[in-house]
Amino acid sequence: MQQLIPLIPLLPLIGFVINGLFGKNLSKTLVGAIGSGALLGSFILTWMCFHQVGASGPIQSVAYEFMRIDQLHINFGFLVDQLSVWMMLIVTGVGFLIHVYSIGYMHDDKGFYKFFAYLNLFIFSMLLLVMGDNFLVLFFGWEGVGLCSYLLIGFWYENRDFGTAARKAFIMNRIGDLGLLLGMFLIWRTFGSLNYAEVFSQVSGADPALLTTICLLLFVGAMGKSAQIPLYTWLPDAMAGPTPVSALIHAATMVTAGVYLVARCNAMYSLAPDAMHVVAVIGLATSIFAAVIGLRQNDIKKVLAYSTVSQLGLMFLALGMGAYSTAIFHVTTHAFFKALLFLAAGSVIHGMGGEQDIRNMGGLRKYMPVTFWVFLIGTFAISGFPLMAGFFSKDEIFAMTYAHGGPLWWGLGGLSAMITAIYMCRLLYVTFFGEFRGTDTQKHHIHESPLVMTVPLMVLALLSLVGGFLNTPHFLHLGNPQWLAHWFAGNGVTNIPVIPMPEVHLEESTEWSLMIFTTSLAVLVITALYMVYQKTRNLPVADTAQTGLTKLVANKFYVDEIYNALFVKPIEKLSKFLYHYVDIQGVDGVVNGTGSGVQFIGGLFRRLQNGNIEYYLIGMVIGAAALMLTLFL
Amino acid sequence: MLIARPAGVKNLALAVGIANLAVSIFAFMSATGDGTVNHLFTAPWVASAGIHFSLGMDGISLLMILLTNLLAPLIILSSFGRSFNNEPRYYGLLLLMLGALNGVFLATDGLVFYIFYELALIPIYFICAIWGGENRIAVTLKFFIYTFIGSLFMLVSLLFVYLKTPGTHSFAWVDLVNVTLTASESWWVTVGFFLAFAVKMPVFPFHTWQPDTYVTAPTGGTMLLSGIMLKMGVYGAIRWMMPLSPESWHALSPIFMALAVTGIVYASIIAVKQTDFKRLIAYSSIAHVGLIAAGVFAWNKAGLQGSLIQMLNHGINVVGLFFIVDLIERRLDTRTLREMGGIAKVAPRFAILFMIIMLGAVAVPLTNGFPGEFLLLNAVWQYNNWLGAVAGLTIIFGAVYMLRAYGLAMFGPTNAHTERFADLDTRETIVLGVIAALVLVLGFYPNIVLNLTDSSADVILRSVQL
Repeated sequence: MQQLIPLIPLLPLIGFVINGLFGKNLSKTLVGAIGSGALLGSFILTWMCFHQVGASGPIQSVAYEFMRIDQLHINFGFLVDQLSVWMMLIVTGVGFLIHVYSIGYMHDDKGFYKFFAYLNLFIFSMLLLVMGDNFLVLFFGWEGVGLCSYLLIGFWYENRDFGTAARKAFIMNRIGDLGLLLGMFLIWRTFGSLNYAEVFSQVSGADPALLTTICLLLFVGAMGKSAQIPLYTWLPDAMAGPTPVSALIHAATMVTAGVYLVARCNAMYSLAPDAMHVVAVIGLATSIFAAVIGLRQNDIKKVLAYSTVSQLGLMFLALGMGAYSTAIFHVTTHAFFKALLFLAAGSVIHGMGGEQDIRNMGGLRKYMPVTFWVFLIGTFAISGFPLMAGFFSKDEIFAMTYAHGGPLWWGLGGLSAMITAIYMCRLLYVTFFGEFRGTDTQKHHIHESPLVMTVPLMVLALLSLVGGFLNTPHFLHLGNPQWLAHWFAGNGVTNIPVIPMPEVHLEESTEWSLMIFTTSLAVLVITALYMVYQKTRNLPVADTAQTGLTKLVANKFYVDEIYNALFVKPIEKLSKFLYHYVDIQGVDGVVNGTGSGVQFIGGLFRRLQNGNIEYYLIGMVIGAAALMLTLFL
Repeated sequence: MLIARPAGVKNLALAVGIANLAVSIFAFMSATGDGTVNHLFTAPWVASAGIHFSLGMDGISLLMILLTNLLAPLIILSSFGRSFNNEPRYYGLLLLMLGALNGVFLATDGLVFYIFYELALIPIYFICAIWGGENRIAVTLKFFIYTFIGSLFMLVSLLFVYLKTPGTHSFAWVDLVNVTLTASESWWVTVGFFLAFAVKMPVFPFHTWQPDTYVTAPTGGTMLLSGIMLKMGVYGAIRWMMPLSPESWHALSPIFMALAVTGIVYASIIAVKQTDFKRLIAYSSIAHVGLIAAGVFAWNKAGLQGSLIQMLNHGINVVGLFFIVDLIERRLDTRTLREMGGIAKVAPRFAILFMIIMLGAVAVPLTNGFPGEFLLLNAVWQYNNWLGAVAGLTIIFGAVYMLRAYGLAMFGPTNAHTERFADLDTRETIVLGVIAALVLVLGFYPNIVLNLTDSSADVILRSVQL
């Protein structure tokens, strides 16, 4: 198995090379088959790894030595342990489904081969990110996924706005990457290594202040990649990319890299309570803030984008509470239902001929039954409908929040979850219920998507239905309680648990009441909104009116505009100012001035040498007198 | 070159360049890699005064030789697309330049180093003054005087240290290194060297000759200047300035570091809004070189290894970028980014190769720009955390201006000019293809370069007692 490990990221890379170089001349079927086949291969290998890790613990594999500076040896090495193999399963599994779906979704696009090449390159990078056995390989993947995200957001590059969105994503990510890079430098200096096993085995003796700084710097990286306040504004704009990209990169995998990073470094974070506190605060704030914005968006993908930001916030809340395995559990269920929702939204957009404004939809359940049902499952799953995927993972987050943070944290987290249920149900009902509100041409065009798209949807819907049973709470006595948490608590390479079992000290009755409270809230929202939206033929006024607070929310609190005024414009002005005034007139002015000065002084001296002998004589006398004076005095 | 017929002269120049590359590769294969000087050649010149014409090659020199002779054939080949008046003279000067550059990197005698250092200025002066663009005489004159005056300070410093050598004096590197200076002597000597090298690289605020010269020079000249010639300054700082006069490092390095890091941010910000593509690359080059210089001045292993690997990789990338500017300019007759757009659609092969090289310049991991930038930023950060964080802004600004340039040129809708943009021909594909391949190979396997210079970097670090 060890020798096969490098093959897992290599297969998608090969797929990228083949499709990138020769895809233009291959048939679409072949291109799709190569792209998806590479993923299927990786998935099967990952599945084998999963079994071996379960049986005999982590697998390590070194491809070659990448870089050596004195005692620092950085290998291009892989570590497949309980955490990475789980992420690999999500990446290759969900990735494979999205690849298959894309065969249908992108079928008429002239950049079909390029799309599959980029997708495979993305999977390669994402696998490096989760498989690396050290921070540098993680960083390769980290920047690699950012690059693929850039390429795929700007996939339809003839549109300048899409290009701008792509650039924004890359640059905001790079701001975070600088934090990650500095964090790596500090790790290198503190522990003399970048290798996980070597670093984490030394953390217990490290200076807590240093650990806090490291954790905060790494978290800056996570903020960028996982779209947390203040670096979240790129993610909604990233919806310019084709919808499968939104599902794969901007929902299921890449954006969860920050969560993976923190969970991977749990040994460090657990010793840095201040950093944990920051993580929790940022996570909770992002979760609520993004959810509120989601309430008043009318673009089907934008709603889902803000929902993703909000859900990522919940994951960081969990991390901040020390519930690392809970966060990864939510990463998992979120990958199922959010990929499902995005792909279903893609199916809607596909069926509507490119329309994304939900105000022009309505009543689609009649025309697109499969899409409707899977979207409904996704919505219920994310809203926390009992026994569905989001129900278990969210409930666990709230239980942990209650246990470690107390009622206030729990209440605010619950608020975010309630808002989530509201905007998701609004999205569902406005899109699929009521009467169709679009044009006649659109009405004529609407059709259910082909099987190649709906089958992946059905698989994801199934996962969204049952995915929660991976990690049920003890008090419910359902299936194999806390299976996933136990899985992560297995021993890693250094014979300490990869992620220790979370400690919860809650009475069973408290857990019951918390669950019943949040669940009834979710069910209440689902029902109440159904009453509001299903009856009305036209949209409620509140959905179209744009005044006061609503307007503020609909315009996303003008954060983009504020950033523009605070950062973008001043830097652009500074650029021009430095160029025209400082560089050309200032620095170069001095240089040229020196040159002219020399010429001027030269001119003065030239005047002295005018051939007039009296001047020379006077000069000589003065000089001699001066010399005598200095000698005598 | 003077007797060859114009028609054959290009190919002759290319053949000479490739022959030089072959010799370099032979040297690479036969290098011992243990930090000692290989292939030493010494002939007495003015033996009584301790001056020898001596050349030798340790790992660092070998790297510089590889850089020079790897890029030279590409530069020569990339010039084929332009027709010049009096081609024999152009290619002749190019080869003269090549000889001088090789000499600079091989010299183990101070005076020989100085002579080659100045010799390199003559052909590039003529290349720029004869085949340059608008306003070339004034621009080239400024460039010449500026760098020449800088070099004179270096000569004074060299002579000063030379006169401190025992006995009948010696210009040999080993003897010069053994001289111990007082703090104030060392201060002046270092400043003399610094002025020469800071102008050559250039380091802020001695850089203002650079954008004008790069923009005005014919592309072959710009490539020589940016790809190889500026490395004479970095190399000089590593080989001559630091070892000869380390006593004032503690006093002066804060100033040098501050200037270098200021230059990184300053030039990056200026590059953000440049409209002329060639000028944008020129400013980005100031930023990149500022980081390389900072890595040298920080004077630790990561910084030294980072600056060495980055000299090679910056050379590769910047030659690629200037070639890209040139081939766009030849097709569209403009360098203004706003007048481009949509080229990716009509020239996909060009779009891919440009993208790879651009990513190298942005230092995306697994391209050649990354290992150097990683080591250099780490070196600056080790020297001073805050300075490191400020220097780190380069990874953000680098992405801002390069992606902007790429986006404006390649993405968006086509216009009347760009819709007839022809994709790369064979010769252009070879040049950019080789460069893109190097970007990826050195990005995936930086140890080839790091191993080459590892022992020599240790030797030179040990020779400097701070």
